[in-house]
Amino acid sequence: MSAETHNPVDAADAADGGVTPFGPDNPAPFIEPPRARTKRTPRATRTNFEMYGWLFMRLSGIVLVVLVLGHLLIQLVLDGGVSKIGFAFVAGRWANPFWQLWDLAMLWLAMLHGANGLRTVINDYAERDVTRTWLKWLLYAATVFTVLLGTLVIFTFDPNIQ
Amino acid sequence: MPAGTLYRGREGMWSWVAHRVTGVLIFFFLFVHVLDTALVRVSPQDYDKVVATYKNPVVNLMEYGLVAAILFHALNGLRVIAVDFWSKGPKYQRQMLWSVVGIWVVLMAGAFYPVLQHSLHDLFGS
Repeated sequence: MSAETHNPVDAADAADGGVTPFGPDNPAPFIEPPRARTKRTPRATRTNFEMYGWLFMRLSGIVLVVLVLGHLLIQLVLDGGVSKIGFAFVAGRWANPFWQLWDLAMLWLAMLHGANGLRTVINDYAERDVTRTWLKWLLYAATVFTVLLGTLVIFTFDPNIQ
Repeated sequence: MPAGTLYRGREGMWSWVAHRVTGVLIFFFLFVHVLDTALVRVSPQDYDKVVATYKNPVVNLMEYGLVAAILFHALNGLRVIAVDFWSKGPKYQRQMLWSVVGIWVVLMAGAFYPVLQHSLHDLFGS
C-alpha cells in the first residue's frame, strides 16, 4: 500500500459532485492486487483436495456397493439371517484371509467415505466457524479411533481367546 | 433452516435429501457396529451377549431399516455416478431415479422374509 496524501473518501465526494476526481495532481489511491504474492505466501495457495475428495466418493462408492451388499447378504440374508451370528460364526469367517481382507477394505473405505460425507454435511450446516471447526475435529478423532480399533481387531483376532 | 437448503424441489432435490439422510444414518451405525464387533477381542461371551441385542424383534426391524437405507444409498449413488460420468446422465436423471426406486422396492420385498425370519419365527412360532 503506497502512502498517498489524498483520502479516498475525499475522492468519492468529488465523484459525487461530478468533477473528475483523479488526475496527475490527485492520483487514485493504490489498490493492492488481491492475489499479490508476498514472501510468506506458499508457492501453491490452493490444492485439488476437494476434487480428489469428489473422485474418491465415486470410486470408493462403486467398490463399497460390492463389499457392503455382499456383507449384508452373508450376515442378514443367507443361512437363517441374523440367527446364526455369534463368536463362532465370526471365528469361522476370519479363519479365511480372504474375508479378513474383505472386512479390512470395507472398514477403511466405508469409514473414509462416511467421514468425507459427514465433513460435507458439517460444512453445509454448521454456520459458525467455531462450531464447524470443533465438529470436524470431533469427526476426525472418532474416525481415526474407529478405523484403528477395527484394524487392530481384524489383525489380532484370536479364535482361542478362552 | 440455512439459506439455500431448499431449492428446486422435485426428484433431483429429494433424492439428494434422501442420500444425505441415509448416508448420515449409515455412518452412525458403522461406528456402533465396529465397537460391538471389537468385543470379539474381549470374550466370546461378551460378544454373543451384545449380538443377542441384534436378534431382538425391534432391533431386527431396525436392521431391515438399515438394509433399506443402504440399498437406497447404494442404488442412488450409482445414479449419481451415472449423472456425473455418462454424457446422457443429466438428461435421464429423473428416469434413473424412478428406476432406483423400482429396484429398491423389489429388493426390499425380496429381503423382507430373509432379514426378518428370525423375529417371524420368534413371534409366530416354528
